[in-house]
Amino acid sequence: MRRLLRSSTMIANVAALCFAAGTAVADTQVAAKPGDADIAAMKKLYVRPTEIPFPAENAYTPAKAELGKTLFFDPRLSRSGVQACVSCHNPSFGWEDGHKTAVGENMLALGRNSPTIINRAWGEIFFWDGRAESLEAQATGPITAPGEMNTPMDVLIDRLKGISGYQKKFEEVFPGEGITEKNIAASIATFERTIVSAEAPFDRWVAGDEKAISEDAKRGFILFNTKANCVSCHSGWTFTDDSFHDIGLAATDDIGRAKIVPGVPELQYAFKTPGLRNIDQRAPYMHDGSMATLEQVVRHYVDGGQQRPSLDAEMKPMALNDQEVKDLVAFMQTLTGQDRPMTLPVLP
Amino acid sequence: MRIAAIIIVGQLAFAAAASADEVTVGQAGKAFNPADLAVKVGDSVKFNNDDTVTHAVLVKGPHESNLGQMKPGDAKSVSFDQAGTYDVKCAIHPKMKLTINVQ
Repeated sequence: MRRLLRSSTMIANVAALCFAAGTAVADTQVAAKPGDADIAAMKKLYVRPTEIPFPAENAYTPAKAELGKTLFFDPRLSRSGVQACVSCHNPSFGWEDGHKTAVGENMLALGRNSPTIINRAWGEIFFWDGRAESLEAQATGPITAPGEMNTPMDVLIDRLKGISGYQKKFEEVFPGEGITEKNIAASIATFERTIVSAEAPFDRWVAGDEKAISEDAKRGFILFNTKANCVSCHSGWTFTDDSFHDIGLAATDDIGRAKIVPGVPELQYAFKTPGLRNIDQRAPYMHDGSMATLEQVVRHYVDGGQQRPSLDAEMKPMALNDQEVKDLVAFMQTLTGQDRPMTLPVLP
Repeated sequence: MRIAAIIIVGQLAFAAAASADEVTVGQAGKAFNPADLAVKVGDSVKFNNDDTVTHAVLVKGPHESNLGQMKPGDAKSVSFDQAGTYDVKCAIHPKMKLTINVQ
């Protein structure tokens, strides 16, 4: 099932766009100064889709999304009763939390930066290390994780069954089934799929409004797709390939994807590429929250990261001057639109 | 009649065992080629990394396999001895998907 978005842009096959991105990089790298046709071809890689993809096995209904939203904002989903999903995925911070790393049970710092839930309807795999293969599988992970919300599923189900308003809502959305782990996950995942970044100045430029973004940002877009080759990982309209790369950040005991998939040296210190929509609202950056500004992020790529066997082959020192670094940042700042304000649910 | 049928079935089984095949799957352009595959029980599939980047093939289904890291030019085979549907992904590039139907 698909739900129409408000955008007036053409329907895009996002998977095809991501695949096509690699071809475009190779084509555009040879041209020192891309012409209008080259830029038009680059723009096509980022056209917004007009529909949210919902899986057939968890079809969208307004009531299910509303129930998921209620659960997402309810601190009673945590054992302590003080943390909700929204505590770490806060719409005021681009659906992150503004902290270097997430804060879990008893206000203890966790090991990784809170990832956004923006545009996850288009996600291929979930969590920084890809340990969940569906949004439904992801949705209950932080709730039951001992260090995070720390609520065993049986405890949560009993707790929700003790709230008459939830009994009624679940029965309305899942007649004859009621409150189950599967239905909790389905509801939260459905709500999460409705969180889509609004049309940004960049989208208006792609759609033909030449005044929508600055000349600095236009130069940054070309750099992004050519010399800087950011597109090799940040591809498609959500600006992620949903793949895993070691980008040469400081090594810690967190080995990322390699813990989930052993036997693959290239996955040591590899984490999933984050999307870039609303990125200027989502500081600090990187899976470890180690960078405070987008300029720091760009300069990390200019330096090329720590050399080690697992370092991604695309990580190479780059000769970008200060203006080019600023242009790339200016481009990324055009990826934030005016998201509709999120209204708070009244909890049952 | 029944004896004849048993003999024919036996011959077919022998023929199937004798004709186990190896099918090659490419990985160029961060995509499995082909993206869908039907093979017989006992066949093997050779994953050939003809791409320019490293891949890592994971097979999930009636039995699971982690083929480990495959650099460009590497090839690894896995045999399918149980019928069923297998989902194959690259552990590095999860958008790379292949469905293998083993009959």
